[in-house]
Amino acid sequence: MFSRSAAIIPQCSQQVRGMATLKMISIRLKSVKNIQKITQSMKMVSAAKYTKAERELKLARPYGIGSQEFYKKAEVKDEEGEKGQLIIAISSDRGLCGAVHSSIGRIVKADIAANPNTKVVIVGDKVRNILQRLYAKNIAMVVTEVGRKPAVFGDAAVVAQSIINSGIEFSKGKILFNAFRTVVSFRTTEMPLYSQSAVANASKLPVYDSLDSDVIQSYTEFSLASLLFYSMKENATSEQSSRMTAMDNASKNAGEMIDKLTMTFNRTRQAVITRELIEIISGAAALETKN
Amino acid sequence: MALTRSALRLFSGRFTQACQVRGYADAPSMSLTFAAPSQVLYNNISVKQIDVPSFSGSFGILPAHVPTLAVLKPGVVTIFENDGSTKKFFVSSGTVTINEDSTVQLLAEEAVPVDSLDISAAKELLAQSQSQLASASSEVAKAEAEISIEVSEALVKACE
Repeated sequence: MFSRSAAIIPQCSQQVRGMATLKMISIRLKSVKNIQKITQSMKMVSAAKYTKAERELKLARPYGIGSQEFYKKAEVKDEEGEKGQLIIAISSDRGLCGAVHSSIGRIVKADIAANPNTKVVIVGDKVRNILQRLYAKNIAMVVTEVGRKPAVFGDAAVVAQSIINSGIEFSKGKILFNAFRTVVSFRTTEMPLYSQSAVANASKLPVYDSLDSDVIQSYTEFSLASLLFYSMKENATSEQSSRMTAMDNASKNAGEMIDKLTMTFNRTRQAVITRELIEIISGAAALETKN
Repeated sequence: MALTRSALRLFSGRFTQACQVRGYADAPSMSLTFAAPSQVLYNNISVKQIDVPSFSGSFGILPAHVPTLAVLKPGVVTIFENDGSTKKFFVSSGTVTINEDSTVQLLAEEAVPVDSLDISAAKELLAQSQSQLASASSEVAKAEAEISIEVSEALVKACE
């Protein structure tokens, strides 16, 4: 009994060290496995949302492209004026979607640095967080609660109405959003936005018959809502596809980590066992030689 | 005599002008894009004629119509297709753009085929909007109720 206890004590200290490492590895392994489960389920959810968003985008594309036709055909140009620039940046409230929000934030920052007389209307919290620190003064309006449910025309109408009611004046305008190209790629695009006076001074406007300021006002207000709706739809699709890719990569990386950790775990376990055996055998051999 | 001679001259003048410019009969047919935010009804399809209800009056659009913009009123849009068939849609609001090159963009906020309208539901909506107007307190609420009445009246009219 004495010999066994004598043998046990050094074993304990070795084992404590070995077991602590083993325990730490197993805790880490469990947490990475949990993270992998979460990222996989997020990927499934985004895949479902992406399919729906892409379907709705396909139906909304002719509407969006049609809304831009007039401005192209009438050759409307930006006003020469000092009223500054208006940027409407479309993003959403939720992250973990790759470069979707940061690409918009980057372009807005570069734009404000180039023309300081710029007002920004932000749709979605993420870009607000990016711009808050340096350019809080340029932020005119922020729209929140974006991204949880797919956008409908009513949402775009509410945003357009607030922009109109706030009476922001601008000579140049643009809507910044991520146009959806394929499942793995999107392109940050800008859609030009023209003020009422820019439309009234368009080069080809006289070709259009019987227009008065009332019609132009109603037309520009409705087309603001339409363009906002279209850019929201495109952005939503790009966001979901980007999140799907990001979560897929995260799951793969987590899988690699799990493989590496499992190897380390097994090696450590075998090392601990080997150490125990060596202790026992050397202890027994020492006793034998003593005898 | 002088009258008929001058009339002849007028007629021949117009005739020669028509020969120089192509006659309306062979103007390129117009390409229509009729879309709502959640559906596409026509995407660059060539049609013969489109009747639209607008705030500046209902008018029909034929190929080579003068370019214009108009705001749609709640009402029925009738499309006469190239093969002679007619389709009717009820639109709630929107805009119509006719460009120089005879392309027409009809962008409606909501558009439904007239066949899928239910007259009893439309009448109910009308009654509801009228009671809304009666109980409206602020200017905004009154305006909204009036818009609602306009749409429901147009709906009832479209069903009949």
